[in-house]
Amino acid sequence: MSAAAELKRTPLTDLHAQAGARLVDFSGYAMPVQYEGILPEVERVRTQAGLFDLCHMGRARFTGPQREEAAQALVHVNVSKLKQGAIRYSFFAREDGTTMDDVLIYRDIDGEEIFFCINAGNRERDLVHMAEVASRFDCTLQDQSEELAMIAIQGPASVRTLAPLCSPMPDGEGLAALKYYNFYRGTVCDVPAMISRTGYTGEDGFEIYFPTDQAPAIWNAMLESGKDLGVTPIGLGARDTLRLEAGMALYGHELDDTTNPVEAGIVTKPIKHPHDFCGRAAIEAMVAAGPPRRLVGFTTESKRVPRQGYELFADAESTGCIGTVCSGSPSPTCSTTVGTAYVTTGHHETGTTLYLDVRGKRTPVELVPLPFYKRAR
Amino acid sequence: MSSPADLKFTSSHEWARIEGDVATIGITAHAAESLSDLVFLELPEVGDSVTAGETFGEIESVKAVSDLKSPISGEIAEVNASLPDNLSNVNNDPYGEGWMLKIKLTGTGDLLDAAAYDKLVADAS
Repeated sequence: MSAAAELKRTPLTDLHAQAGARLVDFSGYAMPVQYEGILPEVERVRTQAGLFDLCHMGRARFTGPQREEAAQALVHVNVSKLKQGAIRYSFFAREDGTTMDDVLIYRDIDGEEIFFCINAGNRERDLVHMAEVASRFDCTLQDQSEELAMIAIQGPASVRTLAPLCSPMPDGEGLAALKYYNFYRGTVCDVPAMISRTGYTGEDGFEIYFPTDQAPAIWNAMLESGKDLGVTPIGLGARDTLRLEAGMALYGHELDDTTNPVEAGIVTKPIKHPHDFCGRAAIEAMVAAGPPRRLVGFTTESKRVPRQGYELFADAESTGCIGTVCSGSPSPTCSTTVGTAYVTTGHHETGTTLYLDVRGKRTPVELVPLPFYKRAR
Repeated sequence: MSSPADLKFTSSHEWARIEGDVATIGITAHAAESLSDLVFLELPEVGDSVTAGETFGEIESVKAVSDLKSPISGEIAEVNASLPDNLSNVNNDPYGEGWMLKIKLTGTGDLLDAAAYDKLVADAS
């Protein structure tokens, strides 16, 4: 029996296999890494649009009178100031400030729940952490990972693909009027859905949540709706390059059990709101002291792909490693090779040339601001 | 898909076409397809010697970097020098335009015939 047989499947795994995708193990799920190829799929999302199966990700919510207090105990954003229908990017930290996960927090329109989207690989321990926090408040934690499916459409043709399938916003405005990092409850293909203008590619697009049993029908309807717009399914390989070009962190690379949100550049200033959250004291101390290392972006002329764990040096000969690569990829959009790394503070300024050790050979890289790619608006 | 019957193969997915005392080598269609988006290839130079089972170069795709293992021992007589700038030839024509080295052969490693190689690929997938 092959290892793939023991992997968990999403409601869309069969469709991916039928479409000729190459399936790989991602966080214990059989997920499509590519269809037509990573680089052409990146280009498609940048110029047309692509569809992503995100059913493997974790989804959970707090309900009950103290849902807001429970959420606030977990994240650095001021939950009480979040508008209804607003979404924010945050993280779960430990008391020592290290990151357990990065998350999206959704404040519900009707004010009855606080919803979280979390990473597949951290789902189990996130839920333990969330349950521990929930136990201190009058609220209920519900893991919705299995009951809700999640699909993303990303790229310039996203609105034109999704709008014909979904209900307008509660105020009667069409999908195009939904603001970035906002969501509403409506329908997609007449199925109740949360429609969220978010994504992980740097393009315009949406992430939609709806009952799991509807996933194949909605997936196919979106492909059909976008057929003449060039919409095709996109694998995790392209997704990784897209998010890297857009300067977005991936847990396990830019963030992990040893990093904190200050060196990762998520928290850069003292936190103004008065609410405590797990890790606040350690994070504020790090802001005050300044982080000893920083997350940076770099580009290189080399075709060699900077890989996680490759070391960086201050010059072509020195022996003291001053940085470590988090992620790297050829960037079809920027026509160069890009990467992220943690480097010792002092070596982190934009414009600095550092030297990357690629399997024993040093190649120069230049530090540049993140993101590498920003779409024209 | 059957591999060409006139070639010999390694379990690490290289091929060799042995014609008299010269062997042409490259990577298999299965390897090229698995690697897919190729970004870098490093080959040795004419006159270098290679040893069966040992690394002769590196090939890199978006997702992974792999060592190339020689099926053949001998001295390099010719290198497909334009291949690193035309990596699509590895994907599109792995047994033709995608050839890597011609080697004046002194010995071979433990090589598989096409049927045995195809079985190996089928069993692994």
